[in-house]
Amino acid sequence: MSWLVAGPILLPLSAAIIAGVQRDSGRMRQLVSLCAGVAFLGVAASLMLHVLREGVLSVQIGSWPAPFGITLVADYLSAGMVLVTAVIGLATIVYSIGDVPRRGLYKIYHPLLLALLAGVSGAFLAGDLFNLYVWFEVMLIASIALLVVGGTPAQVDGAVRYAVLSLIATVLLLTGVGLLYGMTGSLNMADLHLRVQEVEDQGTLTAIAVIFIVAFGIKSAVFPLFFWLPASYHTPKFAVSAIFSGLLTKVGVYALLRTFTLIFTNDVVYTHGILLWIAGFTMVTGVLGAAAQDEIRRILSFHIVSQIGYMILGLALFTRLGLLGAIFYVVHHIIVKANLFFVAGAVHQVGGSSTLRSLGGLYRDSPLLAALFFIPAFSLAGFPPLSGFWAKLLLVQASLEAREYAIAATALAVGLLTAYSMTKIWLNAFWKARPPDAPARLPVSRRRHAFLVLPVVFLAAITLGIGFFVEPFYEFSERAAEQLIDPTEYVDAVLGDGASERGAGSRLAAGSAAE
Amino acid sequence: METIVAALVGVLMASSVYLMLSRSLVRFILGLALLSHATNLLIFASGGMASLIARVVADGPAGAVRAESDAVAQALILTAIVISFSILTFALVLAFRAYQMLETVDTDAMRVAEPMPAGRESRAGKTGEFQ
Repeated sequence: MSWLVAGPILLPLSAAIIAGVQRDSGRMRQLVSLCAGVAFLGVAASLMLHVLREGVLSVQIGSWPAPFGITLVADYLSAGMVLVTAVIGLATIVYSIGDVPRRGLYKIYHPLLLALLAGVSGAFLAGDLFNLYVWFEVMLIASIALLVVGGTPAQVDGAVRYAVLSLIATVLLLTGVGLLYGMTGSLNMADLHLRVQEVEDQGTLTAIAVIFIVAFGIKSAVFPLFFWLPASYHTPKFAVSAIFSGLLTKVGVYALLRTFTLIFTNDVVYTHGILLWIAGFTMVTGVLGAAAQDEIRRILSFHIVSQIGYMILGLALFTRLGLLGAIFYVVHHIIVKANLFFVAGAVHQVGGSSTLRSLGGLYRDSPLLAALFFIPAFSLAGFPPLSGFWAKLLLVQASLEAREYAIAATALAVGLLTAYSMTKIWLNAFWKARPPDAPARLPVSRRRHAFLVLPVVFLAAITLGIGFFVEPFYEFSERAAEQLIDPTEYVDAVLGDGASERGAGSRLAAGSAAE
Repeated sequence: METIVAALVGVLMASSVYLMLSRSLVRFILGLALLSHATNLLIFASGGMASLIARVVADGPAGAVRAESDAVAQALILTAIVISFSILTFALVLAFRAYQMLETVDTDAMRVAEPMPAGRESRAGKTGEFQ
């Protein structure tokens, strides 16, 4: 079944090449992209089913045994993240048909989008740290290029800010990987899980862990490293903003979830204590930043930052319920956040602007759009019975169980302020009378507008689905959290049965005896 | 040998931080180049520099006891050099486009994506250091 684990990487990557050579026909590029999106969703879904049936799946590329070769691993968390990536990828491809022009500089748009999807799923499936770094770089290059496609001054300005901090993050990540390799002699994450327990100098290990917190922290836009995000996410096309908001920061969160449950658990009080402070400050600064903004996409960008805080909170608590909440929150957030950016794009077309000052009266002009904004917006704020309510409930419950009352109160207060921002958009864009100097509706054909609304309906349906049928999603997150808390299953899947019990030293001895 | 390289890595990192703290985009890119060199050297040192013989175990596990360099670390550097080279090229092109479109390399003066609130002047506008 090795192709099944490699599929989510190979499929978008080869589709990117095929779409890249269609130089003359914009329609062909869209068609290739659309087919790849559907096939990607199919592969991701069958990978998920396979993992649900048979547990953690791993494949050694080129049949080099782990920990020497390149390993791809799909446990519950990885497979789930790949599936959500595929859902958002397909929605973005459909949305792009209505949103992104086919000619000029945009010729390269679809190949880049597919390359980004390959990079993201590569990062989710990577079984060793160096590969994780490489996929981060693939993702980074594709995303900077997507950010500047179109070439307006605002885009270049945003891209400079995005590139500067992201480049520092990847070099820091590489530094951390190098140091960790120097200490343990391994890069394979399952193998590292065993080896870090035998390292004598645990203090240095904690210092390396902090390098990883900074590197992944920049990627996931936590306080005080988030400034690149609200500076750049409102500049490109809406489709690009949407896929960035859904996936990019969440890869950073995933990397934190993975490394700080599998590798850096030697000094939980210290490292996860730092993460708890980060979580609190991230939630508060993000939501306060959003309250000061007037442009819809900038409000939403600051809310990404604020929401990242919730996910880090779940990891920082480092309890079963906390991780469960974090995983549930990531899945809910990706779908809701991308959807809000999609709606912002539709609002921009109908209202002719995306600043609240010059919008208004959309509830009368386009009641369907109003309803479609309502679902993700108030799911984000955590209104029952939408998906965000359950996600917040789990995290607040986890904080109370861990006796972290201050952070639970922060989480609730931030939820309230989120509701304030969403109400602000609702009042200004939809309810307020249309201002007399409002710009005219952008000239868009009905067919293209349909491509914008279709993904919004699709994702809103998923949000409602998670809200009303929470049980399977809860059980899935519970199993994923269990695999993170007790990585025996993960380690055994990579290194062979019983490896986690034998430990690193004895396993090496056994390997030498075999030679 | 490792001690000398470790000191060199420290000097390179310190200079790169100094350069990257500058408001000039050009200096930032030079700093980034130094930082990736420092990281490459760091991985090189972490793989061991005791001798130039690679750790290929010809005579069984007993052969690995001698102090030897780790070939994996050097393979990692090779990959990292290729990646950092391409990233650096990309960053240079981006900086050049930014200079062409925004007519400055001073990051404080780039206020297209995040305009200054009305009534406040950009700090860079007053000093005009890199304009």
